[in-house]
Amino acid sequence: MASVTIERVSKVYGGGVSAVDDVTIRIADGELIVLVGPSGCGKSTLLRMVAGLETISEGEIRIADRVVNEIDPADRDIAMVFQNYALYPHMTVRNNMAYGLKNRRMGREEIERRVGEAARMLQLGELLDRKPRQLSGGQRQRVAMGRAIVREPACFLFDEPLSNLDAKLRVEMRGEIKQLQRRLGTTSIYVTHDQLEAMTLADRLVVLNKGRIEQMGAPLEVYRRPASTFVAGFIGSPAMNLLRAEHAGDAIRVGDARLPANGAGAGSGPVLLGIRAEDMVPVTNGDAADLTLATAYVEELGAERLVHARHGEQAVIVSVDADQPVGEELRVRIDPARLHLFDAGHGRRLA
Amino acid sequence: MSVIEAEGTAEERAPRRAPKISWQAVGDHAILIVGALFMLVPVLLAFFTSTHDPVTIHREGLQFAPGDHMVETYRTVMFEGTGFTGEVHGVSMMVNSLILGLGFAIGKIVISMLAAYAIVYFRFPFATLAFWAIFTTLLLPLEVRILPSYEIIHSMGLTNTYTGLIVPLIASATGTFFFRQFYKSVPDELLEAARIDGAGPVKFFIDILVPLSQTMIAAIFIIMFVFGWNQYLWPTLITTDESYFTLVRGIKQILQVWVGSNIPEYGQAMALAILAMIPPVIVVVVFQRWFIKGLTESDK
Repeated sequence: MASVTIERVSKVYGGGVSAVDDVTIRIADGELIVLVGPSGCGKSTLLRMVAGLETISEGEIRIADRVVNEIDPADRDIAMVFQNYALYPHMTVRNNMAYGLKNRRMGREEIERRVGEAARMLQLGELLDRKPRQLSGGQRQRVAMGRAIVREPACFLFDEPLSNLDAKLRVEMRGEIKQLQRRLGTTSIYVTHDQLEAMTLADRLVVLNKGRIEQMGAPLEVYRRPASTFVAGFIGSPAMNLLRAEHAGDAIRVGDARLPANGAGAGSGPVLLGIRAEDMVPVTNGDAADLTLATAYVEELGAERLVHARHGEQAVIVSVDADQPVGEELRVRIDPARLHLFDAGHGRRLA
Repeated sequence: MSVIEAEGTAEERAPRRAPKISWQAVGDHAILIVGALFMLVPVLLAFFTSTHDPVTIHREGLQFAPGDHMVETYRTVMFEGTGFTGEVHGVSMMVNSLILGLGFAIGKIVISMLAAYAIVYFRFPFATLAFWAIFTTLLLPLEVRILPSYEIIHSMGLTNTYTGLIVPLIASATGTFFFRQFYKSVPDELLEAARIDGAGPVKFFIDILVPLSQTMIAAIFIIMFVFGWNQYLWPTLITTDESYFTLVRGIKQILQVWVGSNIPEYGQAMALAILAMIPPVIVVVVFQRWFIKGLTESDK
């Protein structure tokens, strides 16, 4: 159990390519931090620097108040779960889990105890004498977790551990990882490109883009107040609608519609207006509407319907109740407090 | 019910006929049989001939039926000391061949595994150059470098030793190349997992890579053992002492030296050839399961 501090860390590759740029994250003891971002955003590189599999170009990484920059991966007191599991194919499940402990010259009884405990926790009891190739994807994933657990490390590192599983199993394993992490209370860093996985697992979310931290915060906080258009577009499904708009005095003009410029005060010039699909509420005939949209087509998701519509030239997705009738024209009302304003140039949040 | 009915009607409609001859299958088998015969007949001829006495062979040529001298011929070949010194016989030559074959195969595997490990997993200056240098020597057969090799071995006083017989043949571009390709296909995460598990370079090699290479090792072992066993030119050059003669070399020696009367001992030469074939055949049969696995699938 320990805190992990990533202090102004950068990674520059040989050709001058910068993969991670000046990242600072302080991870509290027992916290589950999720690094999320599109591929190439530097999230895996950052994780691998914590693991010691990549050198740190600049900055400092501390695990349990010990600077680990120059320390070998094996001595960093971490355990890592890989995307493709990286189980030793020729070893039984038991030996896969015990290998790291044996290399540490741990006593046979202690190894037995730890492997037994991990196997019980992960329901691997009957599989202990099998080889990895005789296991299903989910079981292999469990073994990989077991191998991390038996180490009883200061920190777990997960590198997209669920991306090789099918959708159903992924949801299941997601829950298991969350529960397990709660139960063990081990500080964890979890890398994923799946925003849903990030939302559901994280105590705190770090959204990375091009090697920089775009936003850091609790999942709901990030969802409700995205710091930039990048985060707004990345977190949440369907992605937040971003409409080109004009800031005119204390109002926002979108095409022919006018919306209150909530919180941003007076201003002028082009802005991007962000609206979540579920924040647009259809109004019945007669009531006043904030936006009038032309329906293009409707996606049925069962619990809700996604209306793909247009406002002038711009595409808008509206999420409505499953039994909401949708005509050619969709008139919606929007709570001004749920509007997001972004700078049209650099994309940072205005209000 | 319906199923049974359907069957009944089907049979009624199509009364049993003689099975149709598939000419394609016949053709395929004909080709296979011809091919098999092409391979087997010379061996059978050699075996049949080896069971006749030299006079018969000398008079009538190759024999197409077993003769009655089998036990006698093979016993002579195996156990009777002949040659100038009278100390070299079939068994001692077979032992020499085994030492050469095994030493050659095992040595090659060890050296090429280590070389490939260095090339794939370690960053050092001129690694690529080293690899290409090794790789280009693939193109050079032993015969090309046989004179300088002989010079070196001779000047080191290693003629007529097992060391001189085996070591110069060990350096192997083929093996290094095979193992390099195999190691490259091993996922990097495995190395990383091992590093986190506290396995250093040596431990990773022994605990992870060697067991993973099993099928590969078996495949290369077969190729190299047979190749080493069949070496003729090098042993001929490097050994003059009869106690170091290998089987392959001995076959020729029989025709030259083992002439009791004026008739060469064709039977014994044939017998020795047959004997020389047996160990490679055993090796191939035993290892072929792994051999095919090693060449086709990588077990990860």
